[in-house]
Formats: sequence, structure tokens, C-alpha cells
Amino acid sequence: MKYRSVFDIIGPVMIGPSSSHTAGAARIGLVARQIFQKEPTWASFHLYGSFAKTYQGHGTDVALVGGVLGFDTFDRRITDSLTIAKDRNLVISFHEEEAHMDHPNTVKIRLGDKLDTMELVGISIGGGKVEIKELNGFSLRLSGNHPAILVVHDDRFGTIARVSTILAEKEINIGHMEVSRKDVGKEALMVIELDQNIGKDIMVEVESLEHINKVTKIHE
Amino acid sequence: MFKNVEELVALANKENIKISEVMIRQEVDQHERSRKEIINQMEKNLDVMEKAVERGTTEQVKSVSGLTGGDGKKLYEYMQKNETLAGPFILEAVAKAMATNEVNAAMGTICATPTAGAAGVVPGALFTVKNKLNPSREEMVRFLFTSGAFGFVIANNASISGAAGGCQAEVGSATGMAAAAIVEMAGGTPDQSAEAMAIALKNMLGLVCDPIAGLVEVPCVKRNAFGASNAIVAADLALAGIVSRVPCDEVIDAMYRIGEVMPSTLKETAEAGLAATPTGRYYKEKIFGARTKKGE
Repeated sequence: MKYRSVFDIIGPVMIGPSSSHTAGAARIGLVARQIFQKEPTWASFHLYGSFAKTYQGHGTDVALVGGVLGFDTFDRRITDSLTIAKDRNLVISFHEEEAHMDHPNTVKIRLGDKLDTMELVGISIGGGKVEIKELNGFSLRLSGNHPAILVVHDDRFGTIARVSTILAEKEINIGHMEVSRKDVGKEALMVIELDQNIGKDIMVEVESLEHINKVTKIHE
Repeated sequence: MFKNVEELVALANKENIKISEVMIRQEVDQHERSRKEIINQMEKNLDVMEKAVERGTTEQVKSVSGLTGGDGKKLYEYMQKNETLAGPFILEAVAKAMATNEVNAAMGTICATPTAGAAGVVPGALFTVKNKLNPSREEMVRFLFTSGAFGFVIANNASISGAAGGCQAEVGSATGMAAAAIVEMAGGTPDQSAEAMAIALKNMLGLVCDPIAGLVEVPCVKRNAFGASNAIVAADLALAGIVSRVPCDEVIDAMYRIGEVMPSTLKETAEAGLAATPTGRYYKEKIFGARTKKGE
């Protein structure tokens, strides 16, 4: 079931005018910001389907930028996000794409700073609910509605078990988990949705394991 | 978790509880949150809705495009001073629904129910029925849980997105949700709530999403108006004991299938319908000018 809470239906509290095109867009931007973990210096937004056709009218542009700046759906600063981006020296660009995607409300966000870049594909499925479909070339499914950790690792036997063992020892329950890899033995990604937020100590412990390259936390 | 309306109603009947109570209990069980926490969150949503209604019926709100704003207030004032044809009760719901959506179009703060484009229907109905039934604050919060329970089924079995299912999925869903919740507040049975939902949604089937210039304004604001009035009429039908020949779950399924075959030009892309009329195109050009030209 795609929708699991009554507050997916009655909610979110948000700045208008569209739950899918404004609130959903802000949430995708915000997830991108949380995964990147810092304010980027540039961001480009590639819009598909209904997003491409109607983004200006729905405030999709200001909402995406607002999300990347760290604003939630109800944050009034969303309406001024383009100006705020300029003030904070965040260079942004929008691209209306022609390609047909599986979902009508799809956006690809590329962002980065001097050191890092990131690419994320998100869809807004209705009522403000979103899913992240792709991260740096990995396919995944992440709602952004639950606390989660993203673990980039080398594709080696036992790595997944070692990570889940640490969580088990701390009595942290996994709500949803996905693993994907670029190729056998190459870079791989674990997406682990949790029932609660976890502390920095657990992050450090996971990161210290062999074959683990990076651990990122997303919280509610 | 209840998967469809049949299971939802059966749960309520088995335990001899209201639909709203089924929803509250499921939320407690599924998310391991306290009952108090969940009720408080819903009450905050209620507060947001109340403020939006208040603002839209008293302030002269105007959207950025200038296409909408002020009609909720205009109708509200008209009905205070004049003998209306439809009667003050229905028109109050209409005015409050429009007011909410005008606040939404003006990038004001609203609560999506189930979406922002359809955010006027549930509060429009609630804050009007309230004046006749004199519910407690708790009963008003329950109204939202009942609405949410029916919306939950639609969202999981069909869609609540205009881009995926057209306006029937947004204003249509909201109308069905509100109708079901009115029935509960008026003392009807869970079965009658389901009938009200079926009757209301049946009359919204096929409604396309064709907003002018892609803005959540025309025809969205007035479609919310009629959603709220339809919800009240459907609730009365169900309370009178009238049933829908097609059960609620089958109506929801029909809505999903209609959405599937609806062309994408009529699903929130602003390429056909009212958006493609000479007037629709004129406003698009006027509002976005040269920027949209290259995209055409």
C-alpha cells in the first residue's frame, strides 16, 4: 500500500497551490538536501511530464529550490526561495525535458559544490507524497517519510549482514530495506528505512565496517 | 489495515465503533504513536483549515496571477444581505470551500485534503455542517479522521492525483470523503457513510483536470464549491436511506479505470479542455508571456 497514514490524506499543512506540484516538489528537494548533507553551490532541475508543462504555475520551481535550501512544505520562505537562493549564492537552472517517464510528475535534480556532486530522481505521487527512484545511478525506492540510512559500500559478501547486525544489537527495527549495485563486486547501495531516528554513534559504527564507504542519514 | 471500504465498514460494525475510531486505532497501531499525539496532530490540521476559511471569507485574497480571489468573500457577503435561492446552508459551504481554495491559490497556508487543489471541499462542508449539528471540537477532529479513512482507501486503490487520475481523483475524492464524514457527524451508520461516499463519487466520475495555464485556480476554485454542495446533498440522500446500486468499492475502481484511459492532455498538463479554450490560451499567454511560447 502506497499510503500508510491518515496524515498522508489529511495533510500536509503546506503553502499552496498544489500538493503534488508544490508540497511534493519541496519534499523531493528537501530529501536531496538531506542526502547531500550541506548547502550546494549549484543545482539543476530537469522536469518531466506534468511537472515540465505546469511548473511555473504551480510554484514547482520555488518549492524545489526551497526544499534544496532546507525548507519544509509549510515554510513561508518557499515563496521567496529564488531570491533567497541568489542571496546565498546558489546557482540554479530549470530544464523542461521531453522524454516520457513512467510517472507524470518526475524531476531529476543534479546538485553539487566544489567537492561533491549528486544526482537524484524523484516522483510526486499525489497529496504531497513522494518517492525517490534513483540516486547517483542506483535504482531505489525511498519515501522520505521515515527515518532512513543510505549506505554506500563495496559489493562483498557479508556486508549487508554486518550492517543489519549492528542495528539488531541496538534494537532498531528495519521497516523497509533495499539493496542495489552497479555491477557484481562493484559499488553498491543499501537503503534502510527505520522505525526511529538513530544517533551519530551508530552511524560511526556502521561507517567503520570493512567495505563501507559512506553512511548518510535521512530523518523525518 | 483495512484495504477497502467493505473492510472498513465491517471493522466499524464488528466493534460497534465509528469509522473515525477505526482510523484512529489503525493509526495508533501502525505507527506506534500515542492516541493523544495523533489527535493533537489532527487538531492542528483543523486549526489550519479554520484559519484558511476565516481568511478567505473576510480578507480580499488575490492569487499571484490575478485569476482568482475574493469570490468566497463576495458570496459570503451576498448571502448575508440577500434572500438566496439555494438557501444559506448550502451556499455557506460553497463560500467556505471557495475561500479555502482562493487562499491556496494565493500561496497561503492550507491543509491538503486529500490534495491542495481539492483542499476546500472538506473544510467547506465541515465548517458549515458544524453550525447545524453543533459538534464538540473532538467531533470536528473525528470528521477529519472519517474523511481520511475514506480518502485512504481511494488513495491506495485508485488515485488522489490529478496528474494520474484527473479532477475526479482530487475534487471527486474530497467530495466523497466529506459526504461520508457528514453522515457520521449527523449520526448516520458506517454503512450510510459508505453509501454517501459512493453516491457523491459517482457524480464526479469522468471529471478531467484541465486548469488554465496549469494554475490551481480556474476551474479548481469553483469545482471545490460544487464539491462541497454535492457532499451535503449526497449525505442527505444516504441519511434518507437511499443506497447506491453500485457498491462504494466498485465506484472507486471505476474511478481508477476511468483515470487510466483518460488522455494525459486532460490530466494536469494544461493542454486540453478549459486550458485549451481561446480564453484559456489568452490567460496563459498573458500570465507567462514569451516564456511559455517556446514550450508549446
